[in-house]
Amino acid sequence: MNRYRRRFIQGLSASALLTGTVGCGKGGNDAKSVGRVVVIGGGFAGATAARYIRMWSPDIAVTLVEPNKQFVSCPLSNRVLGGIWQMSDITSSYDGLKGRGVRVVHQSATEVDPVKQTVTLDDGQQLEYDRLIVAPGIELVYDDIPGMRDPAAPETIPHSWKAGPQTALLRKQLEDMPDGGVYAITIPRSPYRCPPGPYERACQVAHYFSVAKPRSKVLVLDANEDIVSKKGLFRKAWQERYADIIEYRPNNALVDVDVANRTAMLDFDDVKADVLNVVPPQRAGRIARDTGLITANDRWCEVDFLSYESVAVANVHVLGDSVMAAPRMPKSGHMANQHGKVCAAAIIELLHGRQPNSSPLITNTCYSFVSDKEVIHVASVHQYDPEQRTMVTVKGSGGLSEAANKAEGEIAEAWGRNIWDDVLG
Amino acid sequence: MTRFAKYSLLALLATWLIAASAYAQENVQGRNWSGACTGCHGTEGRSQGAIPAIAGIDKAKFVELMTAFREGKQSATIMHQHAKGLSDEQIDALGDYFASRQPQ
Repeated sequence: MNRYRRRFIQGLSASALLTGTVGCGKGGNDAKSVGRVVVIGGGFAGATAARYIRMWSPDIAVTLVEPNKQFVSCPLSNRVLGGIWQMSDITSSYDGLKGRGVRVVHQSATEVDPVKQTVTLDDGQQLEYDRLIVAPGIELVYDDIPGMRDPAAPETIPHSWKAGPQTALLRKQLEDMPDGGVYAITIPRSPYRCPPGPYERACQVAHYFSVAKPRSKVLVLDANEDIVSKKGLFRKAWQERYADIIEYRPNNALVDVDVANRTAMLDFDDVKADVLNVVPPQRAGRIARDTGLITANDRWCEVDFLSYESVAVANVHVLGDSVMAAPRMPKSGHMANQHGKVCAAAIIELLHGRQPNSSPLITNTCYSFVSDKEVIHVASVHQYDPEQRTMVTVKGSGGLSEAANKAEGEIAEAWGRNIWDDVLG
Repeated sequence: MTRFAKYSLLALLATWLIAASAYAQENVQGRNWSGACTGCHGTEGRSQGAIPAIAGIDKAKFVELMTAFREGKQSATIMHQHAKGLSDEQIDALGDYFASRQPQ
């Protein structure tokens, strides 16, 4: 190598370091970055983390692995079942993230090698990472419901607990159901994704029936002893608005399903429905299990709440519904968005050789539509407690709506627009 | 080490120092805590629709409002629930942060 050439190469590497250090390089998804982050899962948690890492630290290269070409929001998807909104109202694109320099790869992650620090994709491609974020959402568990083990069963008995084609399928079944029919929903034991979701769904379907099929019934078959979230407010809404439509049965655990006859088999009796909506038990997404991240109850992933790094696997962070949450941290889209930001800030610090923020602050905000326009909320604020090394609810914070009201209906719709934009850039 | 490499190293060090001091001056704690607000109020406080935008808000007004929400002196649909969970230090840092953000 001649002298000039050597100098030229040294100069190049020095300038690469410079742009990396101060973050003024273009994009950052190239060799100049200070670190490479791979995110598995483009939902509320993973997409937020990808967006915020790029926004707050453009010198970090971020690749998002998400099989779906479009983002379909679970929060507010019950509005589609109620006939208020269309699928297009809850669907967004990933273009905003691409505009922020996130490399979006529409593949599934098939394997993580935490020693080599690589992720293998469906097409055989391998991605190397310095930090990996695993945000796969939930896996639906049909192990204890023998009739539902056939992978085709959810085409007849939808769960609609992951928004997308399953939402459209359940809406179609409700539209096709004759007046005078029965819609039944089964609820698994807590914890599951979106604690108030099943009860809001009952409201939305009952609203639709009250308008279009007034002789029809909604049967809520709950494995829990009582309504899990916003109990008093849901009970009031049902009594005042849907007394002739909704019937609530607590302590009704699902034992099996006769798929062909749309029959739910419960502890004490069988219930035949015209539309049967089985929300099965859940655990952290498959890739979390395969990577050895599940450490609690054979279901959820324990993390360090300062960084969301797994307690089991180094350099791997777990976000969203897969996390073994601290008490009163619900599995919600809003909470997942909060995980994403705390984790983004922590990874930025770690990749720059600094320590993560020692006092993270997160909130939960959850709106449920009890009719086409009226809404009830539950809210809370959580901070890190260094002694217990977990998140705790700030004393005196949070609470519930006093009553269902239309003002919160408008705010809930604005929440949707703002948070989708916040998640997807 | 060649002269070029020495100069490069010096430049690197200088830039790193500037970056580190800019980082310290930047309100990183306020930025981090703002994540708790921006799920509802939009990225950096640029809300659209029925939720108030807070990007570029006057800091004194922000602190006054948040304190009033926290103490129940200002009625709200939901903001009082969150304000009750914030310390004076957090309200102050958040006020600085949102005041420094560009409105739409």
